[in-house]
Amino acid sequence: MLVRPKPGILDPQGQAVEGSLRHLGFDVVHAHVGRLVEVELETDDREEALAQLERMCEELLANPLIESYAIELERV
Amino acid sequence: MTGASEIHPTIPVLVFPGSNDDRDAQLALERLGASAPRVWHTDEVLPPGTAAVVLPGGFSYGDYLRCGAIARFSPIMRAVAAFAGNGGLVLGICNGFQILTEAGLLPGALRPNETLSFVCRDTPLRLVRTDTPFTSRCIDEQHLTIPVKHGDGCWFADDDLLAEVEANDQVVLRYAQGCNPNGAVADVAGVVNADGNVFGLMPHPEHAVDPLLGSTDGGLLLGSLVDAARLSLAAVV
Repeated sequence: MLVRPKPGILDPQGQAVEGSLRHLGFDVVHAHVGRLVEVELETDDREEALAQLERMCEELLANPLIESYAIELERV
Repeated sequence: MTGASEIHPTIPVLVFPGSNDDRDAQLALERLGASAPRVWHTDEVLPPGTAAVVLPGGFSYGDYLRCGAIARFSPIMRAVAAFAGNGGLVLGICNGFQILTEAGLLPGALRPNETLSFVCRDTPLRLVRTDTPFTSRCIDEQHLTIPVKHGDGCWFADDDLLAEVEANDQVVLRYAQGCNPNGAVADVAGVVNADGNVFGLMPHPEHAVDPLLGSTDGGLLLGSLVDAARLSLAAVV
């Protein structure tokens, strides 16, 4: 699950990283810093896994007022 | 008849793993006439006769994930939510404010300071409301000086939420003009819930109760809470 600041929300950490990357000579237009949360689930059911992960994001991992999230699923 | 000042209302100070202002809060409240037991976060009930609750500053659960995001799952928080739901007085200071927003008891969110720097200094504040249980000892538009010390004190609300909070007069305390230490939206330093019984603020009133430390303005806020707690007890009796 990738959790990141919502578009338009001031992201001072992203700005600091952006400035540093420019210092290194990279032609960076914008940088945003988010958070990666990896979890392993027992289930084989893709739909169920997705539903659980969405609830995790809604109830804890992301604060919906300031953060958005994206989910990636992978079979292990 | 017992004089009101002889009543020592019970105002527990919650202690989460990583809280570090609980003893200062306890000391300040006791000097103002309250009985302020410290209550460990795994307790499931508040002490008998609890008249108000204080969530102190610190770094509960190491500020993991987001400040306050984990502490809201502590067993004692269920009791706090029920207490607040019944109109009980709840004050969250700094990390306590962060916990109350994460628990959905106060509007908004506390984000990393705009500068990314930890700020620790006396901060001029402008009191917006005196008609709350947390500010009754103050006068309208009073200027207060109370220290802040935080890395994540940038109160945020999107346009809709801010409009709602302003329309309900929920902003109680603002940073004085030009003295916003963290980039908070609309210079908000402290807000109450819609019912007015839950208050959260980033400045630390418990660090401003002794002239030796430069300001006693924090005592006005905590003293107001002690007064209100006494009144709530008198109402029960």
